[in-house]
Amino acid sequence: MNQLKAIWAYRYFIISSIKTEFRSRFARSSLGGVWMVLHPLAQVAIYALVLSAVLAAKLPGIDNQYAYAIYLMAGTLGWSLFAEVFGRSLGVFVDNGNLLKKMAFPKIALPLIVTGSALVNNLLLFGAVLVVFGILGHMPTLMLLWLPVLIAVTLALALGLGLALGIINVFVRDIGQIVPIILQFWFWLTPVVYVSTMIPAKYHALLMLNPMSGIVMGYQNILVYNKAPDVSTLLYPATIAIVALSLALFMYFRANEEMADAL
Amino acid sequence: MNSKLKIDQRECPGVQNSELNIQNSKLISPVLEISNIGKAYRNYGSELWRILSWFGLRFKPVHETWTLQNISFNIAPGEAIGVVGQNGAGKSTLLKIITGTLKPSTGSVTVHGKIAAILELGMGFHPDLTGRQNAYHSAGLMGYTSAQIDAVIDQIEAFAEVGEYFDQPVRTYSSGMQMRVAFATVTAYRPEILIVDEAMSVGDAYFQHKSFDRIRQFQSAGTTLLLVSHDRGAIQAICDRAILLEQGKVIRDGEPEEVMDFYNALIADKENSKIEQVTLDNGRVQTISGTGEAKVEDIGLYNDKGEKVEFVGVGDPVELRVKVKIYQDIPLLVLGYGIKDRLGQVMYGTNTWLMKQVLEDLKAGNLYNFIITFPINIGVGNYSIQTALHKHDTHLSVNYEWKDLALVFNVVNIDKTAFVGSTWHEPKIEVKLI
Repeated sequence: MNQLKAIWAYRYFIISSIKTEFRSRFARSSLGGVWMVLHPLAQVAIYALVLSAVLAAKLPGIDNQYAYAIYLMAGTLGWSLFAEVFGRSLGVFVDNGNLLKKMAFPKIALPLIVTGSALVNNLLLFGAVLVVFGILGHMPTLMLLWLPVLIAVTLALALGLGLALGIINVFVRDIGQIVPIILQFWFWLTPVVYVSTMIPAKYHALLMLNPMSGIVMGYQNILVYNKAPDVSTLLYPATIAIVALSLALFMYFRANEEMADAL
Repeated sequence: MNSKLKIDQRECPGVQNSELNIQNSKLISPVLEISNIGKAYRNYGSELWRILSWFGLRFKPVHETWTLQNISFNIAPGEAIGVVGQNGAGKSTLLKIITGTLKPSTGSVTVHGKIAAILELGMGFHPDLTGRQNAYHSAGLMGYTSAQIDAVIDQIEAFAEVGEYFDQPVRTYSSGMQMRVAFATVTAYRPEILIVDEAMSVGDAYFQHKSFDRIRQFQSAGTTLLLVSHDRGAIQAICDRAILLEQGKVIRDGEPEEVMDFYNALIADKENSKIEQVTLDNGRVQTISGTGEAKVEDIGLYNDKGEKVEFVGVGDPVELRVKVKIYQDIPLLVLGYGIKDRLGQVMYGTNTWLMKQVLEDLKAGNLYNFIITFPINIGVGNYSIQTALHKHDTHLSVNYEWKDLALVFNVVNIDKTAFVGSTWHEPKIEVKLI
């Protein structure tokens, strides 16, 4: 309860830190905030151009010459949110060690700032994706209303894992080195660049053990196939997310007092 | 209950509200209560055991290092307390526990009110943001909301006095300007407890005065001040109480002069050295420390007629006679002395090393008489003389004897025009109509 109150009291700081992050990132560029949109737009445009026009890959079940690019963008949208929140929460306590030692403020504000700014980044990417979809002649439907659910599950999962490992990282710094490698493997174990049906059926159950598979497939259902995400494949990631988040919060309360000692 | 109401009669001249504060500390509930805190850094051998310990599996830490132990004291509203101690004595750990960045391993800290700490000015400043944006950001870090900051931002801008620069990126600032904005932001709200680290010594003289004025204003409005410093002058000028930490424990808690004298003796050469504090007839505490190869046997202040005096007139020539006995053969001897005012601030001090009159090859049993002549060019008041006998240029390496309050005397104005201040100048004022 006290922690919740503390977060509420620090709401202004959290929001101002997110703003500060974007401000300082684009502070000395003449285009400023425009880069916030140009970056994701360029990223998406490259996928669209290279993969569709050059490789001309076709995707079963969708009638558009840019199908593969669309598929890839949908998966990337989900995966990048997960990877950014997870990857950055991991180092957030260590990177702000000096601040944590000198100023008394609720530490949990730091991963929340990371989550907030990753979310803003992701929404901009989403905007860019919609623009490119429009150009490619792929119109999304009202199924987009499902996206907040997927975003919530992704954030909970990423924050849970990131916070838990970020706390351990304060004491065992190897975590900060291992996790980026694991994330790279994880990316290839998730159907972002390939379609889950491409892999042999006997490995399919194995693929679904990965909680990100269900989430990314949900993104693809909504954005590529214009249908509702398969709730049954979402239940598993949601459960994992809740478990991870509870575990992380439990660890946070236990380790909160020891963290400043080790920084 | 009567004993609780008894008013401490400690002598605390100079600081106007100090007497009131001493009464307060007995009558009003403390603003900060520190009871029996200790801080241990635990080493589990492998960090895995630490992580498992969060989940209820208790393992004994392989190694515990206690940086603080059994610290207890209360602080009353408006008190100004100096925290002194050598590097590694536990000062910063104690401050971090008070501000809440570290949690004590034992005991508890109860704070009534808001704490502001000036530990490292400009913490968390972003070079690419303007002074104004940084002020908002760091006030946010102190837990204030946007509306609360809106209310004081003009005042921060005015106090910082950086002009147009307030809306320029901080990277274009000089370090002094950055400090101004940081100080103005930290002190935008009057806290119940203000913690000031040595950081204050940076910046230009003008702003230093301005910041000290603000700190004094806070203090008279009831803010408790916690000053951490090695600077004897600052502690004795501002504080009405000092706490000396040594190896994680409070070893002295009391009158700044007495505590600083003890600290001074403590930082001297420690081998074979002992420190003795005796209460003199007038109630003041004298500190004598050293290894004892040479000692001041007798000291006296004499006027130009050769009479031993306790009262001297402003501007009068005097002789300070110091008799030193050698107890063991020593190769070198330096005598130093200092005249201190009633607050313990040194008005003047020198030694025979600086005067290039070091004695060499001294034999046990010999007696030396040092005669120092000077005019009393200091203001009216009560003064004391401290003496030091050591081998080199300071008492920090080999200290034979350090004696505070070796002699007490008074300066009175007999035949000079009335004046104020701590030094005596003989001015001539010429006025011309132009």
